[in-house]
Amino acid sequence: MLAPTLLLLLLLAVYPLLYALYLSMTSTQVGTPGRFVGLANFVRLPQTQIFALTLWNTVWYTVAAVAAKLVLGLALALVLAQRAPGMRWIRGAVLVPWVAPISLSVLAWTWMFDLSFSVINWVLMHLHLVPGPIAWLGAPRLARCAVVLVNVWSGLPFFGITFLAGLVTVPQELYEAATVDGVGAMGRFWAITLPLLRPVLATVLLFSLVMTSSDFATVFVLTHGGPMNTTQLLATLAFKLGLATGDLGNAAAISLYLFPALACMTYVQARLMRRAWQW
Amino acid sequence: MVSGRRAALTYALSAPFVVFALFPFAWMLVTSIKKNSELYDLAQNPFLVRAGPTWDHYRFLFQHTAFPLWLRNSAIVAIASTAASVVLASLAAHALARLRFRYAEGVSTFVFIVYLMPTTLLFLPLARVVSALHLSNTLWSLIVTYPAFMVPFITWMLAAYLSSIPRDLEESALVDGCTRLGALWRVVVPLARPGLITATLFAFTLAWSEFIYALTFISTTSVKTVTAGVVVDLIRGDVFYWGSLMGGALVASLPVVLLFSLFLDYYVAGLTAGAVKG
Repeated sequence: MLAPTLLLLLLLAVYPLLYALYLSMTSTQVGTPGRFVGLANFVRLPQTQIFALTLWNTVWYTVAAVAAKLVLGLALALVLAQRAPGMRWIRGAVLVPWVAPISLSVLAWTWMFDLSFSVINWVLMHLHLVPGPIAWLGAPRLARCAVVLVNVWSGLPFFGITFLAGLVTVPQELYEAATVDGVGAMGRFWAITLPLLRPVLATVLLFSLVMTSSDFATVFVLTHGGPMNTTQLLATLAFKLGLATGDLGNAAAISLYLFPALACMTYVQARLMRRAWQW
Repeated sequence: MVSGRRAALTYALSAPFVVFALFPFAWMLVTSIKKNSELYDLAQNPFLVRAGPTWDHYRFLFQHTAFPLWLRNSAIVAIASTAASVVLASLAAHALARLRFRYAEGVSTFVFIVYLMPTTLLFLPLARVVSALHLSNTLWSLIVTYPAFMVPFITWMLAAYLSSIPRDLEESALVDGCTRLGALWRVVVPLARPGLITATLFAFTLAWSEFIYALTFISTTSVKTVTAGVVVDLIRGDVFYWGSLMGGALVASLPVVLLFSLFLDYYVAGLTAGAVKG
């Protein structure tokens, strides 16, 4: 009964992956079959300005967004773990960004960052925090922060709720014993919560590194990679090159550039999961 | 017993997270019911609807754009790919959780690795597979490809769930003369119902929200799904369109958000099953 699933995955996941590997080693353009060029695409790409910038953007985006989600996610989980009437609905509310279609909710952020009608600018200006409107998506540094902010917004629920599930498994007796021994709240967090959350932290971290570094919708909808490619990610550049220009060889090489790193993370993740399975 | 002060502190600490999470959706609603004259007037307070609410943006959306078609297309794709994925994944998960065979561990690692393979890695080569199958620009291109990322995920989720159901029950059914499929249908499926509901909800949510394949494989406006349609085809030129754009984003988010609020506990159980239970 595994056969249909295996067949599906071989045809629609393994074969496309191998095909992408093959394409990335050719000079294929749409309509013209390419020559085999070996690793030439991978060697030449980092020497082009746009790719070097994109690779750097992707690394920066991933590290910044994952770090923010990790810290805020822990804070969120600690808040959600408190008991109060209606907590179930609060948990539900913070999960909504995760459940809503990302391309559509990023559209709302695009409007909230609008140059003329940004509600964020209106609030900041009326609180007299800034003198005039801020071009959130028009200046490189701000645009980079904006895309990270939106990614954190959409990814935070997953972090928060998974950490919460981890928190619930920590035996309450440990906290009680520590409290009796006179350990403060911070001490209990560092000595009990964090170490016992480590497996969950590691799983979520690796999962998010893979998903954030391959993000597409956030940047595609919010900035289209601009201004001047300063928010371009590997996935959006590959999309642009592959579909607009038809340069399939280079596009495949771009989308596969982080593949070795992702494969290592996936391997570690699979090992972690297997250990979790045996518990 | 929770003291009042403690509860108040909890609410105060949750408030920034709740506002942060929900504000964009509230903003979609406010924008979509405002008259254009007020929406694009910089002198107005953007939080207020002073000139009264209007349905114009929604009327435009449903009468003058392909939006209703996109909703229909999304529904067809999401329902069909969910049905296919849940059947395939249930069979696979059952085999992985129950049957002892030589490569079981290897296969489950393989399924897990495919689950972690981002769709942005595969859209280019898949576009060529889709065109080789003569499916480009049809809803079938999505119905066929979506299970490739849905099946690994729900297989993984269901396998974890199934391994918590005692195998004795199934074995007694086999002893009593049930076939393997009979035992699966009569014993495992009823017991696994919560897991199956979670899997179905997740599959539907993933399919409804998918973006990059829908964007890549389909170019004709009338064949688009709602995620790609609203983002690509509603944005036209320099016309002020934010009212209907936000209305479209809100309406298209509603089906999954409604499902989510109805089945909140199933979603939470499913979200945490992946990382915590294995």
